[in-house]
Amino acid sequence: MPPGVPGGAASAAGLSRRWAVGFLTPAMLLIGVFLAFPAIWTIYLGLTDFRLLGPQALHTKFVGLGNYQQALTGGDFLHSLYITVVYVLLSAVIGQCVFGFTLAWVFRQWKGPLRRVMESLIIVAWIVPGSVVAFLWLAYLQGNIGPLTETGTLNTILGGIGLNWWLQLPMLSIVIFNIWRGTAFSMLLFGAAIQAIPPSYIETARVAGASGWQLIRDVVIPRSRGHILTNLLLISLWTFNDFTPFLLTGGGPGNQTQFLPVYVYQQAFQQGALGYGAALSTLVLLINLLIALAYMRILKERR
Amino acid sequence: MATIQIAGVTKVYPNRTQAVSDLSLDVADGEFMVLVGPSGCGKTTALRMVAGLEEISAGTVRIGGRVVNDLSPKERDVAMVFQNYALYPHMTVAGNIGFSLKLRRVPRAEADRRVAEAAEILGLGDLLGVKPASLSGGQRQRVAMGRALVREPAAFLMDEPLSNLDAKLRVQMRAEVSRIQRRLGVATLYVTHDQTEAMTMGDRVAVLSKGLLQQCDAPQTLYDHPANLFVASFIGSPAMNLYEARIEARDGGLCAVIGDKPVPIPAEQLRQRPALARFRGRTLVVGVRPEHLTVARDGGDGAAALQAEIELLESLGAEVMAHFRVAAEPARTEAVAAGAGEAASPVPVAGGGTLRGRGVARISPRVPVRVGDTVSLTVDGDHLQFFDLETGGAVGGQ
Repeated sequence: MPPGVPGGAASAAGLSRRWAVGFLTPAMLLIGVFLAFPAIWTIYLGLTDFRLLGPQALHTKFVGLGNYQQALTGGDFLHSLYITVVYVLLSAVIGQCVFGFTLAWVFRQWKGPLRRVMESLIIVAWIVPGSVVAFLWLAYLQGNIGPLTETGTLNTILGGIGLNWWLQLPMLSIVIFNIWRGTAFSMLLFGAAIQAIPPSYIETARVAGASGWQLIRDVVIPRSRGHILTNLLLISLWTFNDFTPFLLTGGGPGNQTQFLPVYVYQQAFQQGALGYGAALSTLVLLINLLIALAYMRILKERR
Repeated sequence: MATIQIAGVTKVYPNRTQAVSDLSLDVADGEFMVLVGPSGCGKTTALRMVAGLEEISAGTVRIGGRVVNDLSPKERDVAMVFQNYALYPHMTVAGNIGFSLKLRRVPRAEADRRVAEAAEILGLGDLLGVKPASLSGGQRQRVAMGRALVREPAAFLMDEPLSNLDAKLRVQMRAEVSRIQRRLGVATLYVTHDQTEAMTMGDRVAVLSKGLLQQCDAPQTLYDHPANLFVASFIGSPAMNLYEARIEARDGGLCAVIGDKPVPIPAEQLRQRPALARFRGRTLVVGVRPEHLTVARDGGDGAAALQAEIELLESLGAEVMAHFRVAAEPARTEAVAAGAGEAASPVPVAGGGTLRGRGVARISPRVPVRVGDTVSLTVDGDHLQFFDLETGGAVGGQ
């Protein structure tokens, strides 16, 4: 204890413990009310059969792990989990990450206005609100639903071979949509990573005889490993929890694009099964935690 | 094993800055050629054009007789050492040294043998499995050398490879790099801003200023017979003392009048520099190296002795650098300022009266002088250098 401070322990800033607690309390209260309590409440709800309407809304029963059992043994949750993983792998891990890296690498050598225009367009796709771009893409990929409806932009461009994209290729359409929408983030992050590589590293490799691919494999990727993993962590979680597909397909046709967030929403708010929805949310939370831990583990290993 | 021939090479950047102008240099097989000059003189640009990292605006570069202007760095068969070494932190020492072999798909066994051989030459044998982060500055420098020499390239290109080392290590590595280069006998183009490095390492030294080649010769020739004022003031530490002087005829010979003291020009000098006669009655620049000045306590006013006041004494043990003010007009041409570097550009002497010039003499510690003493400086006429005030060129034969 430093001498000369009355009333006990003092921090480096010279505050007594009482003052420190006083400063922290409002923040802790807000966190408690808006984060900790809802989380605990969700876990609790997940153990009940609470519903939005009907008898269970008034007489809620404690059902233990019943909701979890229902989720893990019934086919719907596992189906949603499976297509969500596919969606994350195709659109985020492969699509956004690889495409974003490619764009960042190509733009590295470009100078002048063309590069700025391209980058700006890509970033616009990322910052425009989800509901707006969802509407744009609905219009873009609209199929020929009936003789009275207008056909979509892409079908007009393609002419005769128009497809009913959202009905016939719902997964592919959403994957392409998400790559289009989210690549900007990867591009920006990788752009910064590539910029941070000392030019002499790249020049050394070129003089040593590296081809373009060898240069990327042996110098650029190892040097950007931290950026790549951080990027993968973020875009995996964002895509895993992405709700925009609901605006595009509503989870259909059938349950073909019923990704986990959509499934939770439908169960909790459309079906009114709030207890079951809460249990599903808890499962989603756990899966997110697992993904984050896995990436952080790999990140740590490099040090 | 090859030569490097640079013929009329020019570099103009898109913003029209001309970094290198019409540079021609031949590096013989096995020769150690140093490109030296102050920062911004174009030496690194010239090296990068040879490496293929910078496009050549005009002229040709040949390596081993083959024009390489349009070849990629990979196809030029050169190895380059960078100032910051550019060691890959994610690879071990062995990985770094063997990187180019891996890229060229050299069979594993042969690659290992060559890496071990390079490590042996450089004394890195015990460190092959270590990552660069845990190496000292000198060891990193060696790994960078190892990466270059494992290739057995046609030529070495080195861009200030020693400037990140501390002074003592730099002196050590200077000798070591020279030793390795001679052992391998590979044509080497070495860029530095440090004239000491250039003098001690180069078989020949090419001095560059503002993109123009000033002189290319053996180090001793540069020192003894600088071709112009830039080289005179750039090469040598401390720098050559340069003053304006009038050439006058006296006693049947010629004198260089420095300040108001006539310094007789020996007949041998006049024989070697017949062009001096044309300067009779005109002003030129005389140069005298610090070791060609003798300092004596103000005893009799010798005919050839200049009056000087000691301003500062720097003892190096074996010798003393005596900085003085002297009654002479300093040569203040652009070339002198550029060669001396901005830090050393002439400071106007305040309150010095007639002692307008500054200079340095290399004297024995036994000479009993103190700061503030007025002394007489005797100039060794045999070693005077003469430069045209307008062109800056040395006054020589024609």
